[in-house]
Amino acid sequence: MKYKDYYSILGVDRKASADDIKRAYRKLARKYHPDVSKEPNAEEKFKEVAEAYETLKDPEKRAAFDQLGSFQPGQDFRPPPDWWKQFAEAQPGFEQHAFEDIDLADLFAGLTGRGGQRARGRSGVIPGQDYEVAVQITLEQAYHGAELDLDLSLPEYDESGMPRRVPRTLKVRIPRGAVDGQKLRLPGKGGKGVNGGRDGDVYLNIVLAPHPLFRVSGHDVYLDLPLAPWEAVLGTTVRMPTPGGPVDIKVPPNTAAGRQLRLGGRGLPKPHGAAGDLYAIAQIAVPATVTERERELMQQLAAASTFNPRQHFEEGT
Amino acid sequence: MNIELTEATWIEDVGEISLARLAELSGLEEVRLRELVDYGALTPVDPGATFWTFRAECVVTARTACRLFNDFELEPHGLALVLTLLERIRELQTELKRLHAELPS
Repeated sequence: MKYKDYYSILGVDRKASADDIKRAYRKLARKYHPDVSKEPNAEEKFKEVAEAYETLKDPEKRAAFDQLGSFQPGQDFRPPPDWWKQFAEAQPGFEQHAFEDIDLADLFAGLTGRGGQRARGRSGVIPGQDYEVAVQITLEQAYHGAELDLDLSLPEYDESGMPRRVPRTLKVRIPRGAVDGQKLRLPGKGGKGVNGGRDGDVYLNIVLAPHPLFRVSGHDVYLDLPLAPWEAVLGTTVRMPTPGGPVDIKVPPNTAAGRQLRLGGRGLPKPHGAAGDLYAIAQIAVPATVTERERELMQQLAAASTFNPRQHFEEGT
Repeated sequence: MNIELTEATWIEDVGEISLARLAELSGLEEVRLRELVDYGALTPVDPGATFWTFRAECVVTARTACRLFNDFELEPHGLALVLTLLERIRELQTELKRLHAELPS
């Protein structure tokens, strides 16, 4: 079993009062709670903080934690032999079990505190725990749907009531049309229920990976469409990528920069049949270098044209 | 090793759910959910009905409420306020994302 120093995680002294511990937790929870935080690794940090507080806020569990001794964070250790008798009402020989795959959080979650009864020893229906997992998918996977392997490590209890982390791989089919921020559910794939309690669910929080060409808003997709100045003036037909494959679109004459050309239903599919739209945003691109001939033609155009793109400056004065 | 394929389901596919089911899925007690309805953070399909039902998407809000309730020990009015502000932030982020998407890169 790996040691975690719950006091240093909360940034308090081992002699800290209950109020100090609560204050430290609240400050860190405000900073790292995944529902309100924008800090990087907020979820991971909050898990550590919540785990530490869950043990240290309970006088019985705190006493049990203190009795484990003091080790370096991450150091392998075993609880002292009498620890089980004092805090965990162990079965005979319980302390002889292997501890390598036990997580400290699961060990303390198994103690109810205030009397030291093991949670697993309680009667009554206990539903399995739900889990939330962030899953990043590509735009292509959002468009076509995807099968992903999801690695989870969920606590399960052996015949003696000892909690152990069991690695599980779930092969999950993500339906087409899942977009950024979408929540999907894997019913019954979370923690196991006890005494007839329902098995928990796994919730997937979908995160859409950035794409080098497309920008996504909901089910609508945006794409920059660079046009040469003469293409923008004269109009043209261009082959353009879309999430579903390339399409030819007609660019009307006199297309100004920033104009949005909408292709209905060419965005990402929606859950039940319809689809978002694709917007091509016209941009006027100019060549980095021009040939002598091109320069001559531009000069002729400049001399012949009466177009004044800054007319409104004069009208405004 | 043969790994069984699990279909991820849309939360909203369930349609409408009862108050008891919402409590089961969210982990919040019914009394807490009723408080959130009273303070306007959750809205039943028909608030005047004898037995409330909720759109299945409410599970997401109720689960957030459960986390905030447990992790911050918030009282009901404060919890409803936080949920309302989080929803407002989510709407603004969606709008900001749309505006960013419309800007040339």
